Amino acid sequence: MKSTEYGRLWRRFRRNKGAVFGLGVFVAIVVMALCADFIAPYNPLEQNYARLMEGPSVDHWLGTDSFGRDMLSRIIYGARIALIVGILAVLLAMVIGVTLGLISGYYGGIIDSVIMRVMDGVFAFPILILAIALMAVMGFGVRNVIIAVAVVSIAPFARVTRGDVLAVREEPYIEAARLAGIRNTAVIFRHVLPNVLAPIIVQGALRVSAAIITEAGLSFLGLGPPPPTPVWGSMIAEGRNFIVMAPHISTFPGIALMITVVGLNLLGDGLRDTLDPKLKI
Amino acid sequence: MTAFILRRIGQTVIVLLIASVIVFALMRMIPGDPVQIIMGSEYSREAEAQLRKQLGLDRSIMAQYVIWIGNVLQGEFGYSYLNHERVSVLLWDAFLPTLFLVIGTTIVGLLIALPSGIIAAIKRDTAWDYGSMGFAIVGYSMPSFWKGILLIWIFGVYLRWFPTMGYVHPWDNLAESVWKLTLPSITLGTFFSGLVARITRSSLLEVLDQDFIKAARARGVRPATLVYKHALQNALIPVVTVIGLQFGTLLGGAVLTETVFTIPGMGRLTVAAILNREYQIVQGAVLLGVVFVVVVNLIVDLTYAFLNPKIRVH
Amino acid sequence: MTETILDIRNLSIDFHGDEGVVRAVDEVSFTIQRGEILGLVGESGAGKTLTSEAILRLIRCPPGRITGEILYRGRNLLQLGEAELADIRGKEIAMIFQNPIPSLNPVFRVGEQVLETMALHLPGRRRTLRQKAIDILTRVGIPSAERRAQDYPHQFSGGMCQRAMIGMGIACAPSLLIADEPTTALDVTIQAQILALIRRLAAELGMAVLLVSHDLGIISQMCHRVIVMYAGKIVEEAPMATIFHAPEHPYTRGLMACIPRLDEAPARLGSIAGVMPGLRDIPSGCRFHPRCPIANSRCVVEEPEPRPLTNRHWAACHLAGSNFSPRSS
Repeated sequence: MKSTEYGRLWRRFRRNKGAVFGLGVFVAIVVMALCADFIAPYNPLEQNYARLMEGPSVDHWLGTDSFGRDMLSRIIYGARIALIVGILAVLLAMVIGVTLGLISGYYGGIIDSVIMRVMDGVFAFPILILAIALMAVMGFGVRNVIIAVAVVSIAPFARVTRGDVLAVREEPYIEAARLAGIRNTAVIFRHVLPNVLAPIIVQGALRVSAAIITEAGLSFLGLGPPPPTPVWGSMIAEGRNFIVMAPHISTFPGIALMITVVGLNLLGDGLRDTLDPKLKI
Repeated sequence: MTAFILRRIGQTVIVLLIASVIVFALMRMIPGDPVQIIMGSEYSREAEAQLRKQLGLDRSIMAQYVIWIGNVLQGEFGYSYLNHERVSVLLWDAFLPTLFLVIGTTIVGLLIALPSGIIAAIKRDTAWDYGSMGFAIVGYSMPSFWKGILLIWIFGVYLRWFPTMGYVHPWDNLAESVWKLTLPSITLGTFFSGLVARITRSSLLEVLDQDFIKAARARGVRPATLVYKHALQNALIPVVTVIGLQFGTLLGGAVLTETVFTIPGMGRLTVAAILNREYQIVQGAVLLGVVFVVVVNLIVDLTYAFLNPKIRVH
Repeated sequence: MTETILDIRNLSIDFHGDEGVVRAVDEVSFTIQRGEILGLVGESGAGKTLTSEAILRLIRCPPGRITGEILYRGRNLLQLGEAELADIRGKEIAMIFQNPIPSLNPVFRVGEQVLETMALHLPGRRRTLRQKAIDILTRVGIPSAERRAQDYPHQFSGGMCQRAMIGMGIACAPSLLIADEPTTALDVTIQAQILALIRRLAAELGMAVLLVSHDLGIISQMCHRVIVMYAGKIVEEAPMATIFHAPEHPYTRGLMACIPRLDEAPARLGSIAGVMPGLRDIPSGCRFHPRCPIANSRCVVEEPEPRPLTNRHWAACHLAGSNFSPRSS
């Protein structure tokens, strides 16, 4: 695509206020995650028994938790885990899912049927339950959370890709490429893939937000990175017991999580509206 | 139509089979020997061998799978030594609360989603539209467990309008049952409605742009009739499909909601069983969950076929 | 003395888009008399469909904006409320569209849709009207009407759907039928049947017809009078024979030159160089001047006013009426 094409898309994207907000949120989260060491006022693991469960104050803008740790710092560092899990899991799922979708859609026939039936079988599982089961098999911890979330995210990518490949496959330029003698793998990756990229990108943004929620859910249940790692989900779980006397312990991470997810969803929607004009939402 | 039904049922069976294999395989991969867990720290070789044989763990994997499936089809899911109860009983006891939570959620969800989606479409690009869709996005993005905690805090603890935990069977005490299910249903229902409202709106907008709506307007059909009679039935078709697709996500959310509101449902049972290495319960629970989802999808597809004359009549 | 059914005066249609306001139809004026078939010709994008849809106010406003007057039997349709408009639509003025199958609601039976139209406007119990609906379907040439009325639109062919739409259109005996490219989506053989049907019904019911098309062949078979549109404006209006044999506007002449003739020796098929301008690139002066073979310096600067010629024939061209060869390419 030429630069004017990008320019036009960007202008269009810019007009969608929700999408711009979403992009802003995403950038802010990334900055928080990357610069956590510089931005956070305190060490997120540092406990201070003198100041337990205090509300927001001058020293601690968002208060402290039940171990006296600074909430603001913990939330900033929490962005790091959320982002790492979200992005890595989705990238992994995207690579596998898109490849499966490409193969399935392009070759069709038995390969297609088999892959899609297996995807249906996986898709039939409630996401969280499958993730929990996988973690039970693999054990807990960040690495396994990433793998578990990735596995449950493969199916959407495979389906979306396959759907579009089925449509693109019939286009004249694909047939022309095949007739010109280009090998199938080259046709798939150099001719089909670029034309189905747009919905994959949209799905990517949406899946990152789903991944972050799933990870938060797993952490909430106690299956995520072990304490004292600052993770929004487990912070909310910790604060649950103190909801009456110190509501801020659950509330602030909850707000952070919500803003992140809303932002990413708006970003995904905005990308969809920008890249695919036919879908009017 | 009959061909369609048969084909769908056939597909469902295949999917269930594949899912059962996945469930079985996953459970076999969980580290930890179930026999050891049951028997505790001291046991004799003979007792161990006997228990192993009783549980069927001395046979090959394939044999174990076939035996398991055979039992399942007869309603026999095994025995939980930790709970001193047959697994099927545990599953049934846990299934009912989850079922009613899901019913309550669906009712709340649709009651919110359909009107707000329709209004957003009719009053497109106005405050009604933005407000409606904003509410939907928040409902859909807000993590359900946090939403539950907030609702508990505000409505349960602070205002004291609703109870914050527990479950009662509807036939034991209908009023209290509904009362206890209210907050959990709202928690999950707002999530569910977030998804459905958006698809309702976009589907209705797409239908309203169609030629036959223009043609009907040109014949003098009144605006209200255009929307509620001509457009809606067409628009609901994809909505029904999406509801089916999102059902799995709904069950996932149910797990978290049950944890937050201390409802003794399938979610809590499954998580506890996984942590305790209770194969049989997990297998049964997850399988039941999958069956639930798949059956709902089948119903949804059949409803779709019924609503769409192109499939019904041909 | 024939009655003026429809009198359109200075009709303009604007659209508010992301990049400003665009005028798609500019000061269009014409009339339709009782019982006459008026053809509205032009290329795709010339504004003919918009003009026809504006009559029944089927255009979404905003982003559209319609100005001018549309007088139906003296009443300005642009000033009526939705309720009054709904009384006129389908009953006094009916419209049929280009794509027949998507124009019928896929989830309702065909007979049911015809019945609905009649129940909206005609008195009588549904039972009586049901029989009348079946009669209408027979009248428009649908065989075994009673049985086929139970079918859904996807079970009808394109031609049958169009017949059903025509049936719905004439069910309440309207004074005016607007037909927007009614045969474009149909096979050639079916085209002829549908056109014959419209012609017959118009005669039987004393109904006026506004026939919109880009196909000059169809226009020549059906119309008493013709209006030619270009880039949102009307460039020529004349009785049918005049348009075909003695057009005055260079664009119309160019169109006629494009039609292959069977009664002459084969020669190079005529064409008009260039393309019709997009709505945002309207040329100065006369809109046609960049493509016009006889444009002069005045044409570039000054927009031509309608210049009356003979017998209900006018053309918007500075050079209309002067003598130059009938067919230039």
